[in-house]
Amino acid sequence: MASYNLTHLKQLEAEAIFIMREVAAQFEKPVLLFSGGKDSIVMVRLAQKAFSPAKFPFPLMHIDTGHNFVEAIDFRDDMVAKLGANLIVRYVQDSIDKGRAQDEKGPNPSRNGLQTITLLDAIEEFKFDAAFGGARRDEEKARAKERFFSHRDEFGQWDPKNQRPELWNLFNGRKNPGEHFRVFPLSNWTEMDVWQYIASEKLDIPNIYFTHKREIVVRDGALLAKSDFITLLNGEKYEERIVRFRTVGDMTCTGAVESTADNLDDIIQEVASARQTERGTRADDKRSEAAMEDRKKQGYF
Amino acid sequence: MNTEIEEKIDSQKYLEMDLLRFTTAGSVDDGKSTLIGRLLYDSKAIFEDQMDAIEEVSNRKGKGYVDLSLLTDGLRAEREQGITIDVAYRYFATPKRKFIISDTPGHIQYTRNMVTGASTANLAIILVDARKGVIEQTCRHSFIASLLQIKHVIVCINKMDLVDFKQEVFEKIQQDYKDFASKLSIPDIRFIPISALLGDNVVDRSENMTWYEGSTLLHTLENVNISSDQNFVDARFPVQYVIRPQSDEFHDFRGYAGRIEGGVFKPGDEVIALPSGFSSKIKTIETIDGQLAEAFPPMSVTITLETEIDISRGDMLVKANNQPQNSQDVELMICWLNEKKLVPNGKYVIRHTTKEARCIVKEVRYKMNINTLHRVEDDTTIGLNDIGRILIRTTAPLFYDSYTKNRFTGSVILIDEFTNETVGAGMII
Repeated sequence: MASYNLTHLKQLEAEAIFIMREVAAQFEKPVLLFSGGKDSIVMVRLAQKAFSPAKFPFPLMHIDTGHNFVEAIDFRDDMVAKLGANLIVRYVQDSIDKGRAQDEKGPNPSRNGLQTITLLDAIEEFKFDAAFGGARRDEEKARAKERFFSHRDEFGQWDPKNQRPELWNLFNGRKNPGEHFRVFPLSNWTEMDVWQYIASEKLDIPNIYFTHKREIVVRDGALLAKSDFITLLNGEKYEERIVRFRTVGDMTCTGAVESTADNLDDIIQEVASARQTERGTRADDKRSEAAMEDRKKQGYF
Repeated sequence: MNTEIEEKIDSQKYLEMDLLRFTTAGSVDDGKSTLIGRLLYDSKAIFEDQMDAIEEVSNRKGKGYVDLSLLTDGLRAEREQGITIDVAYRYFATPKRKFIISDTPGHIQYTRNMVTGASTANLAIILVDARKGVIEQTCRHSFIASLLQIKHVIVCINKMDLVDFKQEVFEKIQQDYKDFASKLSIPDIRFIPISALLGDNVVDRSENMTWYEGSTLLHTLENVNISSDQNFVDARFPVQYVIRPQSDEFHDFRGYAGRIEGGVFKPGDEVIALPSGFSSKIKTIETIDGQLAEAFPPMSVTITLETEIDISRGDMLVKANNQPQNSQDVELMICWLNEKKLVPNGKYVIRHTTKEARCIVKEVRYKMNINTLHRVEDDTTIGLNDIGRILIRTTAPLFYDSYTKNRFTGSVILIDEFTNETVGAGMII
């Protein structure tokens, strides 16, 4: 009987593929939210596996804050070209220009929260009824309560206290017109699982995950990359450090870690010995104890 | 804080680990959060920034200790009220195994969460306070574990430090539990005396209870054999999605995508498609990484057949000599998940494997008193958190096995036609 054992990563892969196929079957117009970050790269690989030898039956969509790492955007465009996939890009800047959103004030104004507005507008524009996200439950405590199939009302809101129970492998994607679902196939994956999967599947990732020299400024303990979107405060200065990024988000809120890891195995060793969560480098989560929950309720990723 | 020397991770070993999903039932008073906190902390799944954050909050709230429940209670309302509302999932790994904990609140009003958490678990940890012994709540949790067919239960007799680590206390509780559990169907029950607070027998062996010769909790979790818990005998493949690339390269390709829910399928196997009854042979079992020589649960694969027969989502591939039951009249144990009570003769949407149909509740046979395990026949209203036995009739036949034979072809959910909420979880008898 021993030969009928699936390893944990194979089980997680099988689960994610099952979820993706379930979405393709239950929804009219799904979309996969794609940022060029490691989790969304894994998602694309799983989508390929789920529908092979056919192409996966949904487009990719990126909500571009305009504050991205240029390396991540280049990587995104390369990858999409290689896949021959359909990529939709919607810009936070357009939402601002249309007066639907307004930039924050302050020394590192984040467009993180504004993405929600652009995202919900895009979901409405294309009439998407399910949007895949790469979020994992191990990332953050509000996400630990998230379902695989997460219902959103007609305002795109999440109601954490009134979620549908999910039992066995029976997923209920029924909804009323105007409502949609966020679907998280990587729910049960950990950061380590994602890296091990990237290594074992030999997936390409943007080079900012690997060590490089970069000018950074230390602010509230976070190492923020030099960019046009950050204003130096009194006494602050840029300095060159050897760093890499554990997550890829906006330049204004994604902190670097000092590291010389230049290959996947080194990254895996670093993740194994890390004493900080990966979102520990994200200033957007530090705003309050319930920062993520509050953003998610409004329709954030 | 944790300053131990970093251990190197062996990626090859990591990739070969298996997975154990377990559920923990108990209330705050049982020391459940402390136990989970200890497992996570000792396996280095709690990070410094998480620890710093809960230390800071614990101090601010004037607690004299680090409140590990703050780790699992992720929602604002939960922290404000000091209760766990929803199932929280936690993850940790040892060099032997990866673990997923579904941490569910233990109060009676949260039966629905326990059922949800238990539905995917291989194992349940049931906490008993050594000072209180087997109480109503213990019975309730054990009944749910048994109902949901969890094959392995570890009864952790906690707070042994508060009863002077006495062997007699442990043995009395063990005997009481065994007497009660003889009414249940749990094949593997183990008992471990622990102190979650002090760490006795959680990760390290207790020096205070040398009379206990069994394994520690973590050692048990790492070694319990779950490989034969899945059904590898009765071949079941519910078709989830039909893949037709319609590209030049794969012009005639028609693959049936789904997850193996029972048994083993191999190329060359004679199969029949339900409900049509047409038979064919498996041509290939496809994955992007190449064709497989066999497929077994819980693999997600794509099956191609030698002949073209009409098959769509909701159909099932099985073997001719081993077919599931096939009926429109189905008896269920139902756990009700919604504040709106079950409506006798009411109509619901039913979801079973990849099939969706409608059903009518023909009869409520009885309701369970989940504390005493008595059947209640004079009051058959089924409300939130109630468990009862019902008879339904479906608009289309279901191809099913009893839940005891196969958790995945033996389970259904009922959905409210108007609100679309999942209102009932059913186990087919």
